[in-house]
Amino acid sequence: MKKLMTISVAALALSLAGSALAADTIKLGVAGPHSGDLASYGIPTVRAAELAVADINAAGGVLGKQVELLVEDDVCKPEIATNTASKLVSDGAVVVLGHICSGATKAALGIYNDAKVIVMSPSATNPALTQSGDYPNFYRTIASDDLQAKLGAEFAVNTLGAKKVAVIHDKGDYGKGYAEFAKAFLEKMDNAEVVLFEGVTPGAVDYSAIVQKIKHSGADAVIYGGYHPEASKIVTQMRKKKMDTYFVSDDGVKDDTFIKVAGEYAEGVYASGPMDVSSLELYQKALKEHKDKFGEEPGAFFKEGYAATVALMNAIEKAGSTDYAAVEAKLRSEYVDTPVGSISFDEKGDAIGVGFSMYKVTDGKYVEQK
Amino acid sequence: MEYFFELFLGGLTRGSIYALIALGYTMVYGIIELINFAHGEIYMIGAFTALIVASLLTMAGMDGMAVLALSMVVAIIYAGAYGFTIEKIAYKPLRQAPRLSPLISAIGMSIFLQNYVLLAQTSDFLPFPSLIPEFSFMEPYEHVFSSSELVIVVVTAVSMLVLTYLIKFTKMGKAMRASAQDRTMAMLAGINVNRIISTTFIIGSTLAAVGGVLIASHIGQINFYIGFIAGIKAFTAAVLGGIGSIPGAVLGSLVLGWTESFATGYVSSDYEDVFAFTLLVLILIFRPAGILGKTKTQKV
Repeated sequence: MKKLMTISVAALALSLAGSALAADTIKLGVAGPHSGDLASYGIPTVRAAELAVADINAAGGVLGKQVELLVEDDVCKPEIATNTASKLVSDGAVVVLGHICSGATKAALGIYNDAKVIVMSPSATNPALTQSGDYPNFYRTIASDDLQAKLGAEFAVNTLGAKKVAVIHDKGDYGKGYAEFAKAFLEKMDNAEVVLFEGVTPGAVDYSAIVQKIKHSGADAVIYGGYHPEASKIVTQMRKKKMDTYFVSDDGVKDDTFIKVAGEYAEGVYASGPMDVSSLELYQKALKEHKDKFGEEPGAFFKEGYAATVALMNAIEKAGSTDYAAVEAKLRSEYVDTPVGSISFDEKGDAIGVGFSMYKVTDGKYVEQK
Repeated sequence: MEYFFELFLGGLTRGSIYALIALGYTMVYGIIELINFAHGEIYMIGAFTALIVASLLTMAGMDGMAVLALSMVVAIIYAGAYGFTIEKIAYKPLRQAPRLSPLISAIGMSIFLQNYVLLAQTSDFLPFPSLIPEFSFMEPYEHVFSSSELVIVVVTAVSMLVLTYLIKFTKMGKAMRASAQDRTMAMLAGINVNRIISTTFIIGSTLAAVGGVLIASHIGQINFYIGFIAGIKAFTAAVLGGIGSIPGAVLGSLVLGWTESFATGYVSSDYEDVFAFTLLVLILIFRPAGILGKTKTQKV
């Protein structure tokens, strides 16, 4: 009799606890540049998270709870990203989708690590973020820069047949990281040499001096590490000076804004970006949701943002709790179907199952090179 | 040698770009000893106005020189109105305040205008059409020095000459110099100092607008932030040449442009700014008033 009593009390307590928790939500932080000149990199991820979470909530949520988004702007600046991180942690974010820029992500990660919050970026490709081992709480749904740099270097030399390569970067974490890896890969090859390795000042009024220097170096290909505003200025000035040097760059340049701004001068520019997944069913579904809701094509990192949201929520659901160690274990052991393919994560935090392709601007569009 | 020549021309263009903006800085400083930090924003607003007008005109089917001329005129009027209004709102009420107050007000104005354009227009970079037509003048060296670069260099030189004439040889210039020397005394002598200051701001803004249109057309892209970076460099150039002096602003800009160009060409573009600012420090150590600046003796 006494035993029965205990069980029923326990059951009662459990059911009470259950209903109390149901009113609760799972808080997903979303951080990135949502205003300022790099907002075009951040907004698509917010929209991706909104769409993915709407689907998850409509299907009953995660662990029986609804998922709530906490969206915070870091304008891609490391000094602001730390504030963003502190705010998300204090608001009770269980996991964070973000940040977008590598520099901002690096600055924010320490705060999340102290608070035991798992962070998953759809776009921060700096290799050290996973390979250094300093950020055990970090994951990403995009391949790291050294993979991209390897593709860029091999493409310039083996496919385009470049013998002399000028490697230029914007001195930022992302651009310089890419450029240094490209340089290292080029130096390992026997059939090409690096004739110039330099950084340019982002936002400078003009780049004619560096363009002259590239010309003087006799390079037949330029590998550029950085974002689209500088790339479009450099390409425009190169083409205006009647140089037909190949221009190979990274996924900071594989943005439609680059083509819009550089216009006719963008034609023939190569930029690497995540593999084309447009035939995947989940990708098409995400794309359709975006078009229905926002009436336009999604921007950069939309599908990676969508994939990260799905992967995080799936891991929490499978883990049965929001406990750090449990979620971490599931991220590494479970494969999940996302708009970028079926992915899981290795022990360093890099996604298994994603990669890069080279794209060429042809008739005002990036076309994948097979 | 050809490489040297190319870098020389590159530096000349870059210097002229700085000079077009620096002239406005130095004029305002010469008259009321105020560093108008909002000047870079006027430059940016000039470029945006021209972009809007040029897009409309191109859509309406006009082409070539007419688009350039009309968008330039509208940009000048618009920027002049902004310059006039900014002075009335942000600086005139602080005419008698300590020197630091209008400076802070200027920085505030600059931030306000940047964000205003950010919200009213867009944060993205926008393509700017090449309004300056391509013409042949230097075969076969056109790939070294393009027609838009030539236009910028010529416009800078002409602006400098016109401004010098205006200040040295006209009645208004005399009134400007008088207001610069001693505002109270100028007022007692019957000069409408407020009108002189307004005129100075309008002329400065006009120059910024001309610079905005030419430079944006040369570079091919604009966004709300271009005024800030260009403004900082132009301000550096004005200080280098001796702030308050018109030929000084141009000389300082050219020196800065060449330093950056040669530093990039012969050393490394990583250290472009390092060389530029080291030069600034050195010149200010040996000539605190700048290359062509006059050292004023202060009575104590």
